[in-house]
Amino acid sequence: MPEATLVEAINLALARAMEDDPDVVVLGEDVGVNGGVFRATAGLQKRFGAARVLDTPLAELLISGLCVGMAAQGLKPVGEIQFMGFIYPCLDQLVNHASRLRNRTQGRLTCPMVLRTPHGAGIRAPEHHSESTEAMLAHIPGLRVVMPSSPERAYGLLLAAIRDPDPVVFLEPTRLYRAAKGEVEDNGEALPLDAAFVLKEGRDLTLISWGAMLKETMAAAEALSAEGIAAEVIDLATLKPYDEDTVLGSVAKTGRCVIVHEAARTGGFGAEIAATIAERRLPSLLAPVTRVTGYDTVVPMARLEQHYMPSVERIMTAARKVCQFS
Amino acid sequence: MRHRNYLAPDGSIQRPLPAFASNAKLLIELYRSMVLLRLFDRKAVALQRTGRLGTYAVSLGQEAVSVGIASAMREEDVLLPSYRDNGALLWRGVRLEEILLFWGGDERGNRFSGPVHDFPFCVPVGSQAPHAAGVAYALKLRKQPRVAVCLFGDGATSKGDVYEAMNFAGVHKLPLVFVVANNQWAISVPLRQQTACETLAQKAIAAGFVGEQVDGSDVVAMRAASEEAIVAARDGNGPRFIEAVAYRLGDHTTSDDAARYRPAEEVQAHWKQEPIARLRAYLVAQKMWGKADEEQLATECHARVEAAAERYLATVPRRPETMFDHLYADLPEVYAAQRRELAGEHDA
Repeated sequence: MPEATLVEAINLALARAMEDDPDVVVLGEDVGVNGGVFRATAGLQKRFGAARVLDTPLAELLISGLCVGMAAQGLKPVGEIQFMGFIYPCLDQLVNHASRLRNRTQGRLTCPMVLRTPHGAGIRAPEHHSESTEAMLAHIPGLRVVMPSSPERAYGLLLAAIRDPDPVVFLEPTRLYRAAKGEVEDNGEALPLDAAFVLKEGRDLTLISWGAMLKETMAAAEALSAEGIAAEVIDLATLKPYDEDTVLGSVAKTGRCVIVHEAARTGGFGAEIAATIAERRLPSLLAPVTRVTGYDTVVPMARLEQHYMPSVERIMTAARKVCQFS
Repeated sequence: MRHRNYLAPDGSIQRPLPAFASNAKLLIELYRSMVLLRLFDRKAVALQRTGRLGTYAVSLGQEAVSVGIASAMREEDVLLPSYRDNGALLWRGVRLEEILLFWGGDERGNRFSGPVHDFPFCVPVGSQAPHAAGVAYALKLRKQPRVAVCLFGDGATSKGDVYEAMNFAGVHKLPLVFVVANNQWAISVPLRQQTACETLAQKAIAAGFVGEQVDGSDVVAMRAASEEAIVAARDGNGPRFIEAVAYRLGDHTTSDDAARYRPAEEVQAHWKQEPIARLRAYLVAQKMWGKADEEQLATECHARVEAAAERYLATVPRRPETMFDHLYADLPEVYAAQRRELAGEHDA
């Protein structure tokens, strides 16, 4: 199998989806001639034409609203927002229209759209380019929120998102765009949405994360195993709706859980998982569910951002503490 | 900026009428729809006042706008209405009781008998404009001879949504007609505090296409301007913008009291301009309509509205757990569990 970076895997999936289905339309700022600021859409306009790979005016609200209108007509629009920091003008469309079009028309109109955007810190980007506000999106009923953590899952999950009959926000970890490499077979096969992936099995402790933080989480798990702690690592992948069964099953087995995310702690998605575990698996717990997260601060600009994001060391410290709890 | 009208407030003819006006049957149909709408509004308000309907937005004074535009559309065209466009929905085949059902708080009202592809009422102001651009883009991409028609009020023209959609429609020469029902007031904010523009129609200039002002209390003008714009859009000549200059004779909604901010004299003056009396005066002068017709119509509309209200009131409520039924195409298991919880079923 050929090796691809995460952003190349996104490009492969988009091309495959457009090849397979003439209703798939890609739109956004700079997605056409330029191939996207991260090159996620490189070559697509040349291959599929300017009508299906559409450079839009600089207007994020418009991009999301266009997707709703196109989707209601049966197209499968895939909109790109250049950075997650610019997704907020889309929230009105996501909350008030995309996520509820099916429900408010009782199935008469539907909204099979995908909104893609780079996500998270760690690339020394300018201000407003590094936030991770996935919990805000995961709070919206009727939406799906998906975040891959490897090229293989980026390819398979993006295909699934495009084929899904409901709206999906697809968050791409910017830090992994080129850093993550892996073998990707361009076979047109989707991976399941709403399902978590167990990346490593273990009996002592469950580590749950998503997106770019899986890199540090996996590194921590490897280092912990050298200390004799066998951590199970779960890539949540779909945050809305999230796979409670896999999470609860793992915690029932290990009795200990550390949740890792780079988003700020208060109201972060880790709180949702911790609450579910507390409600449903309290008797299994041998230690408090613990979070390792970004701080409740504005994501600092380049010089301090590495101190904001959870490090391998912070994850290991939390894991040791949880394992020693009695 | 062009300003179009044909019928003066007293029903007299200002200039030669458009061709369709020689079709007496059509003119009478426009008249009947406006009368039905006004009676329906009255009933809806009565239902609201007696606690049997939620907040409702009347069309009083604006009947010609949405009836005029809808009458120029084909079934396969796509309507994207604001919350005050009952007249357009009625013309498109949505049933009275379905509109009541929506304002009565039941989503089934949006699964209506009108064209299956039409959008439901948009309650947020102006956010349907980008949808209209998306719809029109899809129609153009698929080379379909269909047109999207997007309706909103004067307040919506202050929003980025509307300008973003107009800008995009202009760039891509989309088959899209924007109609702003300029009723002079966005709740309590008058037009002059909404914009420094002399007209709203001129906003089309910045988006690169034609806009015109139309007398929104003259249904002949509304129908003529709409037809022209829709035909042009269908023929591939790009979008148009129509400013229907009208007046909201009623409150913003049943939750509003316009007397708090609007002088009574202004409202009274506009009652002399209103669209139903105007068309009736013309029809009567042309001997197309008489007292007996009017009485028969009133009886007929009254019966239709009452029957619709009865059907609405007799609608069996949905079971609470059905709020999950159209959340996703397939309900994820985690929410299926919540559905069971609401239904009083208990997981093992």
